[in-house]
Amino acid sequence: MTWETVMGLEVHLQLATQSKIFSGSSTQFGAPPNAQANAVDLGMPGMLPVLNEKAVRFAVKFGLGIGARIGERSIFDRKNYFYPDLPKGYQISQFFSPIVCEGVFEVPMGDGSLLPIRITRAHLEEDAGKSVHDIFTQESGIDLNRAGTPLLEIVTEPDFRSADEAVAYLKALHSLVTYLGISDGNMAEGSMRCDINISLRQKGSDALGTRTEIKNVNSFRFVERAIHSEVERQADILDSGGTITQETRLYDAERDETRSMRSKEVANDYRYFPEPDLLPIDIDQNYIDAVRASLPELPAAKRARFHNDYQLSEYDAALLVPDHALAAFFEEVATLSGAAKPAANWILGDLAGALNRAELTIEESPISAEGLAGLIMRIEDGTLSSKLAKQVFDGLWQAQGTADEIIAARGLKQVSDSGQLEQMVDDVIAANPDQVAQYLAADEPKRKKLSGFFVGQIMKASQGQANPKLLNELLINKLNNQS
Amino acid sequence: MVDSAPLNASVSDLHQLLKDRAISSEELTNAFLKRIDQLNGQLNAVVTVCPEQAIADARRADEQLSRGDAHILTGIPLLHKDIFCTRGVRTTCGSRMLEDFIPAYDATVVAKLKAAGMVMLGKCNMDEFAMGSSNETSFFGAVKNPWDPNCVPGGSSGGSAAALAAGMAPLVTGTDTGGSIRQPASLCGVTGLKPTYGRVSRLGIIAFASSLDQAGPMARSAADCAHMLTAMAGLDAGDSTSADRAVPDFFSELTGDVDGLRIGIPREYFNDDLNPEVRERIMSALTQLEKAGALLVDIELPHSHYAIATYYVLAPAEASANLARYDGVRFGYRCDNPSDLEDLYLRSRSEGFGEEVQRRILVGTYALSAGFYDAYFNKAQQVRRVISEDFHKAFQSVDVIAGPSAPGVAFPFGAKQQDPVAMYMEDIYTLAVNLAGLPGLSAPAGLINGMPVGLQLIGKAFDESTILNAAHRLQLDTDWHEARPALEDSLA
Repeated sequence: MTWETVMGLEVHLQLATQSKIFSGSSTQFGAPPNAQANAVDLGMPGMLPVLNEKAVRFAVKFGLGIGARIGERSIFDRKNYFYPDLPKGYQISQFFSPIVCEGVFEVPMGDGSLLPIRITRAHLEEDAGKSVHDIFTQESGIDLNRAGTPLLEIVTEPDFRSADEAVAYLKALHSLVTYLGISDGNMAEGSMRCDINISLRQKGSDALGTRTEIKNVNSFRFVERAIHSEVERQADILDSGGTITQETRLYDAERDETRSMRSKEVANDYRYFPEPDLLPIDIDQNYIDAVRASLPELPAAKRARFHNDYQLSEYDAALLVPDHALAAFFEEVATLSGAAKPAANWILGDLAGALNRAELTIEESPISAEGLAGLIMRIEDGTLSSKLAKQVFDGLWQAQGTADEIIAARGLKQVSDSGQLEQMVDDVIAANPDQVAQYLAADEPKRKKLSGFFVGQIMKASQGQANPKLLNELLINKLNNQS
Repeated sequence: MVDSAPLNASVSDLHQLLKDRAISSEELTNAFLKRIDQLNGQLNAVVTVCPEQAIADARRADEQLSRGDAHILTGIPLLHKDIFCTRGVRTTCGSRMLEDFIPAYDATVVAKLKAAGMVMLGKCNMDEFAMGSSNETSFFGAVKNPWDPNCVPGGSSGGSAAALAAGMAPLVTGTDTGGSIRQPASLCGVTGLKPTYGRVSRLGIIAFASSLDQAGPMARSAADCAHMLTAMAGLDAGDSTSADRAVPDFFSELTGDVDGLRIGIPREYFNDDLNPEVRERIMSALTQLEKAGALLVDIELPHSHYAIATYYVLAPAEASANLARYDGVRFGYRCDNPSDLEDLYLRSRSEGFGEEVQRRILVGTYALSAGFYDAYFNKAQQVRRVISEDFHKAFQSVDVIAGPSAPGVAFPFGAKQQDPVAMYMEDIYTLAVNLAGLPGLSAPAGLINGMPVGLQLIGKAFDESTILNAAHRLQLDTDWHEARPALEDSLA
């Protein structure tokens, strides 16, 4: 049987506000347990939530960023359930009227095409704390530092058909929210967590199969692997005539498998009802316009601009744009050097490779945009051969100065003086009469190949400084005129 | 030497005495502490007395009074209902769940009255989590009505009302979710005001039903309530539902002029179900106001009879969530030796909450459950709007709406305890006011067989001044509010 995979994603995005969504506590990651939990976060009697306006602004930014409709009046609701790390016994969320309503997000795929993903909604809510099971022997600990951290839960329609599509969406989402500055996007610290709803159906069918939900996957790689393993598991069951149980599953990265977390048989009835402690959020057109005016250039627009203004391929643009800092670095190098395509090549090639090996981000690059632009300019003006350019690049990486300083210090300036080059050609012809004879005896295609020997000898003698283009012209001319 | 006279003095008189240094706040505080000491054994109106703190506060007030920069309330003692969080002072909410709970913060109301220089004597007994109309649900035992120790004081602010009636404090705070200030004020013969929803901050008040809860003053006169409300009210950045409305000096708005005031008499409140003696007292109070120039106008509040059903869906629903935090995990009562998490939850809540609280949590949980939400919670929300609309229409032709505060006078202990619905009927005249978020007060309107009856006056939103003024007029013309239970005999 051929199965089609159908998936919808729910992303919990941690918003980068300084303080929590309903209290003044800090949201900084990594403080000692409960150091960032005040009376509101602890759910103490009589405490009341006060909405952090910044979280609203961030949610609206997101909605505008994906071209979704902003809810004119959104309302907080209480989601009721008991859990030790949920201090109030309810989570303040938005169930009936979310702040971000339907929209379509166009996800750039590897082949340059755009995949439209329908966004169902995105709503504001508070995060829970966490239970700590490995500190005490007989009891569990509760750390409420995270309780009350603002989250935007972004829900899609079941529009994904493959792990690649899901990962492309998540990467595009990650890029968008970091561009918007509404989240640090730090997945390792849980700033972006993904729930994946997966079902299979017979190819060609319109009906949806029974789904499972894989909770809390927190890296692109795990998303891909979790989907593959869950698809395989479901296909095996269906192929052998079994049925899928609707349930929540967890992805175990070490075993590379999903396993059942809880069955919907004991599904919680969350008893949502409007939160009486908070007023509805009314958002008018003026507010929306003001937020829209504050939006930076977003990835889609930047991709288009890089393509149009710098004549970059869709492929290069798609590689440069997702990381805001990388795109900015490129623009600076391209502007300073006046050579966009070489700038893209150097950044995506040698620089990306070096950064990768050194495990550095573009922000931490030892080579500045100015430094790299200096190198590219010397290649463009013929001072530096592309071969020697690698040496200058290494010098820049080791902070030995500017490209010009490194070229001067190492004597890497290309020899383009025709008199000097002529002398070199004459010398090599005189020193290798056998090879000259061989060359003259050969036919045209073979001659091309044989000329390489002479170029190599001259490059060796000149320590690579001979201008290869001029050298080639002179050499062929001289060889052909031998008799 | 101070005799017992200041124990019955008004805020204005007390302020004069204090300002003139005819009496010190410390002397006054000691007099009330002594009164509490003498009477609380029989009335059980106060659950926590804080003499050391009170004396320290009084001395501070005396310094302020000597400097001559005193507020009208500076140096005057008060008791808080034990639903207001008080920093460093046990706050029980009448529950075993919070028997040993000591907040690290003051409720906004507590902080404001403290800032005005008031002296907190202690905390008043109340129905558990403010759920009750007789004070019989308190974990700390029922409060006795000072007018008849065999009768209930009303609830849930029954400790506050009884303490006030017994002269244990000149001013007390209460909260009113469905009548919890007005009904005990009625049963104990004092004046109590539930302000407009949003007028007074809810921050630091232990929540029962958040969309209905409102704190207010209880005193021996409308004038004293006015002084206290002025100090309690105002926008609070810590309570998103508090109102951004200017707070007048409510006392200075008490002109006593009711000439031309249109008082609406809802036929639904004066139907055949109303106890004839209560009707007679209420009508005679209204006749007094008529004599002073007010006009009595027949009106309709056609959806009044839905108020109880609506309230008893919405309030328990909100309460079921508000009380979920009492889970034995972070604070409050925790059962002994829980075997696992489920057991911790079940036994902590079963042992920590009393029967009425558990009943309302169950009712509220049911009303919000999948499949019932639309039929109960949603429907009740709709009816709530209809009830509000009734008032809105009525207020187009009248300035005040009048009626009884309670169906009768104080009833004997146990009379309604086994019949929750009969108990819920105690609030039949008050609930709708909370549903509509309007201000309402109860003022004494005479006695029936020696037991007090209360007149309820309902105002337009944020128009507490008008109902306070009407009550003030009544208190200028009658002495019903000056009637005191004969407790002195038992002190002899």
